[in-house]
Amino acid sequence: MQRSQTILQRTLSTPVILIAILAIVALAALIVGTGPFNQTVIEIFIRIVLVVGLYVFIGNSGVISFGHIGFTCLGAYMTAWLTILPAMKKSKLKGLPDIILNAKLHYGWGLLAATIFAGLCAYIIGKVLMRLSGIAASIATFAVLAVIIQVYSNWDSVTGAQSSVVGIPIVRTVWPYFACAVLVVIVAYSYSISRSGLALRSARDEAIAASASGVDITRERLIAFVISGAMMGLGGALYAHSVGVVTPDTFYLNLTFICLSMLVVGGMNSLSGAVLGVVILSSIIQLLRWFEKGVDFGGSIVALPLGVQEIAIGVVMIVILMFRPSGLTRNKELSWPHWPFKQLPAGRSRAPTG
Amino acid sequence: MTALLQVFFDALSLGSLYALGALGIALIFGVMRLVNFAHGDYIAFCVFAMLWPSIDAAAIVFLGNLPAWVLIPVILVLGAGISVLSEILVFRRFRNANPATMMIASFALGFVIKYFLLMLYSSRPKSIDLWSAVSLPLEIFGARIPLLQVITIAVTLVILLGLVLFLKHTRYGLEMRAAAENFTMARMLGIRANTVIMMAFALSGMLAAAVGLILATQSGTADIQMGANLMLVAFVATVVGGLGSLPGAVFAGFLIGGLSSLMQAYLPPDARPFRDAFVYGAVIFMLIWRPNGLFTQKSAKQRV
Repeated sequence: MQRSQTILQRTLSTPVILIAILAIVALAALIVGTGPFNQTVIEIFIRIVLVVGLYVFIGNSGVISFGHIGFTCLGAYMTAWLTILPAMKKSKLKGLPDIILNAKLHYGWGLLAATIFAGLCAYIIGKVLMRLSGIAASIATFAVLAVIIQVYSNWDSVTGAQSSVVGIPIVRTVWPYFACAVLVVIVAYSYSISRSGLALRSARDEAIAASASGVDITRERLIAFVISGAMMGLGGALYAHSVGVVTPDTFYLNLTFICLSMLVVGGMNSLSGAVLGVVILSSIIQLLRWFEKGVDFGGSIVALPLGVQEIAIGVVMIVILMFRPSGLTRNKELSWPHWPFKQLPAGRSRAPTG
Repeated sequence: MTALLQVFFDALSLGSLYALGALGIALIFGVMRLVNFAHGDYIAFCVFAMLWPSIDAAAIVFLGNLPAWVLIPVILVLGAGISVLSEILVFRRFRNANPATMMIASFALGFVIKYFLLMLYSSRPKSIDLWSAVSLPLEIFGARIPLLQVITIAVTLVILLGLVLFLKHTRYGLEMRAAAENFTMARMLGIRANTVIMMAFALSGMLAAAVGLILATQSGTADIQMGANLMLVAFVATVVGGLGSLPGAVFAGFLIGGLSSLMQAYLPPDARPFRDAFVYGAVIFMLIWRPNGLFTQKSAKQRV
């Protein structure tokens, strides 16, 4: 009798390949080493965290959420509250509770607190919303985003309303961002092969059959929602530490749509799609930015007029979706067949060597 | 009493705009299951078409100089034109794609239109003076109502009436309603898919143009972002009303407009900045109460 491989053995190559891609991007930053390029790579890692966060919910549940960027906002403000110098907070954000007002924590604690806080909020919101499905769920999540942004852009004493919150410690090295991106990929992968992830994906493909087989769709969705909400919070905190400034407007529709576009262009239902979508679209955007600044073609400098970059990225997205409606990866995972576990005729799996 | 009347007119005129926007989105959703995020950018496009392209701060009025009886049809045709063009160039190729892909494609198209406008006109809002005479107040039972509000409401009612007549009493309207109910079945019975879909896009584009004209007259500025906010509310209204249901979209548009005006008038001053948060909170509860929207179509119900 043949013993089939476990799901871990069959799919382990996917996260390894994805992490290798991330490592190449990080190495590129290390080799080039200039300030602006470094910042670009940091931006890519932040996007990876956000888009993979979106994938965990959207990809596994099939419900499109417009509201996840709200959790990013929660995370970004959370880390801002904890890491800004107390003196600055006392003048600008008087309404904070004393314990936060006097705190001055390392940014690592800020990231952790942002993740937990966003996850907690996702749990409360998800508890109410996860019974909805389809387009009603999408709109409800959008309404959540609108509520969060409205509250944060008007609650003067706690969030500084529309004015930007400055003084967040800036972290300029690539490694913390790289580490978070890798962590998020690993967690997303583990979730998608976990019992809950498999149940949720079965519900995505055949809701009725899944619930007839005993899958509690609401519960599985809630689990995915909390994990992805926490990831979005982490992404927001990373964003806050990469630029040092947060405003509520940053976390509204533009960011929502850019992240969603990257996910859909890459392939909505696969983790590889999320990662590749970010890497490929970000690379195209970066190329176009260079062209916008002017490129030296044999002595004559050619520069694109302002606005062409955005038009080009829009056209590229439409063209990709026209030819690959299910995304660049066609919703498949990148994998390396039979690695690292060779499928042996006797059905015994060999442990990896090296 | 006069204050009440004022709130009533505010609510109706805001609701009118939302209803027209929601109708534009619901028409296309009905025949194609496409949530068209480029709708807001059609609105901006129609407004900017009245200006001559220049990146200076001062606006050079171009089409806007035409007399109203020429200008209005021209803008309506332009709106229908860009909408149909986007169908032919982009959306036709997405007929069989899943809704998420279509949605992102429409968003990308809106992005292209927006930055095209930005390239031609720069991102600064420009002042545009259209029929400023209509912003004079009008006395009704002692309340001073801007004439424009009355015109907005009247125009909306006329458009709605015209649309109802078109949908109920013409061959094309009948085809469109059949297609919205069950597209595959309608095609089997000999309705041409392309004709119906292009018609829906043309109507939706005209609605965008009408909204654009009203918005431009109301605010006196042209801004590339001007359609975006309205489009979002309209989108929410379409879902709250029940996707694919045209009366539902109109009703929900008025409902949301009314709700925001009421809150603006009667919330305590401290809570007023949070008005939109309350409105969207209400939307969440509405969706939990009736996930399929207020007016559910029989064909939209899930059968097991």
